[in-house]
Amino acid sequence: MSAAIQPETFAFTPENSAAVEAIVRKYPPGRQRSAVIPLLDLAQRQNGGWLPRAAVRHVAEMLDMAEIRAWEVATFYTMFNLEPHGRACVEVCTTTPCWLRGSDAVVAALEDELGIRLGGTTADGAVGLREVECLGACVHAPMLQIGDDYYEDLSPEDARAIARDLLAGRAPKPGSRIGRPGAAPASGPKVLMEKKA
Amino acid sequence: MLADKDRIFTNLYGLDDWGLDGARRRGNWDGTAEIMAKGADWIVNEIKNSGLRGRGGAGFPAGVKWSFMPKEPKDGRPNYLVINADEGEPGTCKDREIMRFDPHTLVEGALLASFAMNAHACYIYIRGEFYREGENLQAAIDQAYEAGLIGKNACGSGFDFDLYLHRGAGAYICGEETALLESLEGRKGQPRLKPPFPAGAGLYGCPTTVNNVETIAAAPTILRRGATWFTGFGRPNNSGTKLFCISGHVNEPCTVEESMSIPLRELIDKHAGGVRGGWDNLLAVIPGGSSVPLVPKSICDSVLMDFDALKEVKSGLGTAAVIVMDKSTDIVRAIARLSKFYMHESCGQCTPCREGTGWMWRVMERFVAGNARREEIDMLLEVTTEVEGHTICALGDAAAWPIQGLIRHFRGEIEDRIKRRQGVAA
Repeated sequence: MSAAIQPETFAFTPENSAAVEAIVRKYPPGRQRSAVIPLLDLAQRQNGGWLPRAAVRHVAEMLDMAEIRAWEVATFYTMFNLEPHGRACVEVCTTTPCWLRGSDAVVAALEDELGIRLGGTTADGAVGLREVECLGACVHAPMLQIGDDYYEDLSPEDARAIARDLLAGRAPKPGSRIGRPGAAPASGPKVLMEKKA
Repeated sequence: MLADKDRIFTNLYGLDDWGLDGARRRGNWDGTAEIMAKGADWIVNEIKNSGLRGRGGAGFPAGVKWSFMPKEPKDGRPNYLVINADEGEPGTCKDREIMRFDPHTLVEGALLASFAMNAHACYIYIRGEFYREGENLQAAIDQAYEAGLIGKNACGSGFDFDLYLHRGAGAYICGEETALLESLEGRKGQPRLKPPFPAGAGLYGCPTTVNNVETIAAAPTILRRGATWFTGFGRPNNSGTKLFCISGHVNEPCTVEESMSIPLRELIDKHAGGVRGGWDNLLAVIPGGSSVPLVPKSICDSVLMDFDALKEVKSGLGTAAVIVMDKSTDIVRAIARLSKFYMHESCGQCTPCREGTGWMWRVMERFVAGNARREEIDMLLEVTTEVEGHTICALGDAAAWPIQGLIRHFRGEIEDRIKRRQGVAA
């Protein structure tokens, strides 16, 4: 972890401070520690997608827990980024169900189009590329995640188009690239065909 | 094929409004107060009689699990229901569809199950990556509060009920129920030693039942239509309808609700457009999510998709996530990738799993290349049995079983690679 990029302090914005209160109220009195994951997530979102050490310390103080306990949580869960990793991070699933349907070719297309390898970030810091484990959208394989959205049923060409969008600062369109409704078969639902009122 | 009128998840593909209006039109929240008026014992018994077995993988009878909960709070400790929405077993993507397209089945189920177990609060633990699914589910919860269906005096029943959504942050192990509880309490997701079991001391040390999303979401329809309706599907001890996710080398991967005990071949042919290149191009299937041992085509030809039939062929129904592999598949690599998954997801608490998953993956990678000695096959098999059953939770078992299935059915393939490599080297 690079020390140079670590800010000295962290504080929630007034808007997020209100959100913090609402989150902590979900848990019984004295059990505020349950809010540690949601609060670290909120801090990461506020901080542009990564979690500085000062934010972990701040959350620990707010929840009356030892800093090391909050740090354990921040380092245990894969969605917490402890350093900057690209303003947009492309997270490609390569676990067996995605691999069976061509995630190798999707990764190769992304690496080629972005000019980086898995684990890398483009020179301008705009786009990162990561391998992730199963994202739970296996009937939409191969797929990837960017931020809060899933991109599904990808061909290598789709992956290239997504990479080009990101490099140009455009937001790629989330969802299935073959346009099917939910997890229905590609040629259309075979069940639940009755006309809805 | 299961008739549309007998489906629990009637908006599985999101073709209709997933919000409260749409849900009510499809029959959700119909007579919920009347069901509650029959009493908690009636609900638990009806679920017992329906034969509903847990849909998260282990298949424990849901009604029996519910009956373990104390009927009245003891020493001031409230009862909790916790719903496991940390879906992440490779191949499995069914709870996601419920949460994004049929969330009211889950919200109503949470109320009825909590009422049956005298739990006035319920937490749904959703995997952090399912952000959009969580948005829909939270909106459904908000709608239910606003309509008086949950909250104080839920559905006018006199029962107070609060439902909270809690997002995780990326850790497969949190799908293990006690790791989930640790995580929900604000710690690393490392499984707890049992006993005590959650029904005695779970969330915050209080009596807790942890159930899978699909289990809870199926309950309202079962209670409305009756246990005998549900037992009308599937073989005895394997009753009901079930969501199946069919991924891999099929023409049309999809998720579909079908009758339990449907033949595997019928499931693949009717719903997923058949195996790529035809049935004879099938190599093997992982029938219940990545942790269950694969079965070769010869078994796939006739096996039924239920708990007992798959157990008989030394596999399992698990989450009913069917991963199909055709003859083009490098089967050793397919399983080696699962070994890597389990290594990545081991929480590190128990030595056999922490060290064993990495050790097994490294040997599997050598098998992929044939860079091994023949006797190492039996050595790997032995190591899987040393991991299996020697850890706090079942992740060690889940890492061992796919390798055992591979060696059981494809030992020849591994041996051939070793021979080929030795031939090249000689």
